[in-house]
Amino acid sequence: MTVKQISVFLENRAGRLWELCDVLGKNGINMRALSIGEAADFGIVRMIVNEPDKANTILKGAGFTVAETDVLAVEIPDVPGGLAKVLGALKDKGVNIEYAYAFVARSGDKAIVSMRVDTQADAETVLEVAGFKVLSADDVYNL
Amino acid sequence: MIWNAEYESMKREDIRELQLRRLQWIVKWVNERVPAYKKKLDKAGVKPSDIKTLEDSTKLPFTTKDDLMEDYPFGFFALPMSKVVRIHSTSGTTGDPVVVGYSRGDINTWAEVTARVAAGGGVTEDDVIQVSFGYGLFTGGFGMHYGVERVGATVIPVSAGNTERQIMIMQNLKTTGLICTPSYALHMSEVAAKMGVDMRSMPLRIALFGAEPWSEGMRKEIEERLGVMATDNYGLSEIMGPGVAFECEQKNGLHISEDHFLPEVIDPETGEQLPMGETGELAFTTLTKEAFPMIRYRTKDLTSFIAEPCECGRTLIRMARVQGRTDDMLIIRGVNVFPSQIEHVLTEIEGVEPQYQIVLTREGTMDQIEVWVEVSQAVFPDAMRKLVEFERDIENRLYNVLGLHAKVKLVEPNSIERTAGKAKRVVDRRGN
Repeated sequence: MTVKQISVFLENRAGRLWELCDVLGKNGINMRALSIGEAADFGIVRMIVNEPDKANTILKGAGFTVAETDVLAVEIPDVPGGLAKVLGALKDKGVNIEYAYAFVARSGDKAIVSMRVDTQADAETVLEVAGFKVLSADDVYNL
Repeated sequence: MIWNAEYESMKREDIRELQLRRLQWIVKWVNERVPAYKKKLDKAGVKPSDIKTLEDSTKLPFTTKDDLMEDYPFGFFALPMSKVVRIHSTSGTTGDPVVVGYSRGDINTWAEVTARVAAGGGVTEDDVIQVSFGYGLFTGGFGMHYGVERVGATVIPVSAGNTERQIMIMQNLKTTGLICTPSYALHMSEVAAKMGVDMRSMPLRIALFGAEPWSEGMRKEIEERLGVMATDNYGLSEIMGPGVAFECEQKNGLHISEDHFLPEVIDPETGEQLPMGETGELAFTTLTKEAFPMIRYRTKDLTSFIAEPCECGRTLIRMARVQGRTDDMLIIRGVNVFPSQIEHVLTEIEGVEPQYQIVLTREGTMDQIEVWVEVSQAVFPDAMRKLVEFERDIENRLYNVLGLHAKVKLVEPNSIERTAGKAKRVVDRRGN
């Protein structure tokens, strides 16, 4: 139940993120979630989009440095402490999170956390046993 | 002040006569004692007895750094180790370092020529001179030390580094003269300002700079900030170290100690001597060196001679300040760096595109070197931590090879400017 995330290496300069989004927009790629990590002079943009393979091809063709990574998308109740519960389940089993970002689904009462962990398969089992819903790729792409 | 007027202000025809005698001696000396030279002379078909006039020196073969590296470390020594009292060495930025040796007589000559540098730069026996060149295998520290001592000034052999301590020493011991690289002097002035110390109000009055190229603009800035008279001097380990040439108080070209070093300006392509005043590659023949004599050693430094006599009274010919290099060597904070070294490091790292760019900037007063590296699609790791580690790893590898910190900046593939398909390797934004 992994979701494909598109990561793009971007130099830290004005207009570069716009160029990325512009290319995706012109090619009919719709973003579901977006997160930007930054170092001193570069950043990594991480996205979940409706058509990851197509986005990958388009971006590479446009000269971007792209990586595809598997992440978990977990549904969490959109209430105080919702994310903490998910993280608690992972912590108890020693799963380490490399990065995570949250987004709210259109329906409103649930939020979704996209996370990259060190042991992807274990984490999925851990979360499901703990009663969380791990979303399928289709669930996420078609949000 | 002229240290040794007998030689520094000798009549031109007398200098030439002296040079010829010494040239005849040195050619005989290397022919008898250095098999590598004997081979070179035989190959060129030159016998010591063929040197009848100074112009005959052009019959002699050139010596290059490659020759020296081929016979590393002692192939060009003309004396056995029992007669060698000192070893110095270049940093070896392009392969093997060049190891140079000095006899007792050479050490004496070195002190003589650096005493001329000191006196030319205004040092007298009343001065307290802080030598902030590194003391060690580098010729700068020890070379200037003995010259300053010979003039009779007080030497503070503080060596390089620890800038705050340097400034404290300067204040407490009432230093009147500073010897270092010009960029380090500027750095000192910045650190001093941060410490709340005004270098202009110190007893410091003169500064003698060498080991890296600098500009007239930089001289004005240093003189202004430090409240000193700043002079330039020139030397290289293969020939002697500091002491080969120096500015006098006229600050208009560097006098070459021609009684010890026979200079030529040649066309770097053809090796032909160039007419007076034209810019070309500087080459030297050592006229008195016993342990490590050099015949027509090509410095790769570009300069020109100044024919007009200097107002200071010295008759020693002057060379203009070094205007560049025949190779692509960069000098960063006094450290020699070749783009090829950086390229070599990068090619050994997986995931780095062969495209890179070296960007030189000046942060405040210190030269900075950045290496822009294109990240490869093939190994782009999604994790930020890995990318940062990747940058650090390249920086560490560069440090191990260059001996100075280069900042690595990862950039996108194809983002480095290419000129006609070939990337532009060096961008110098230091703006001298």
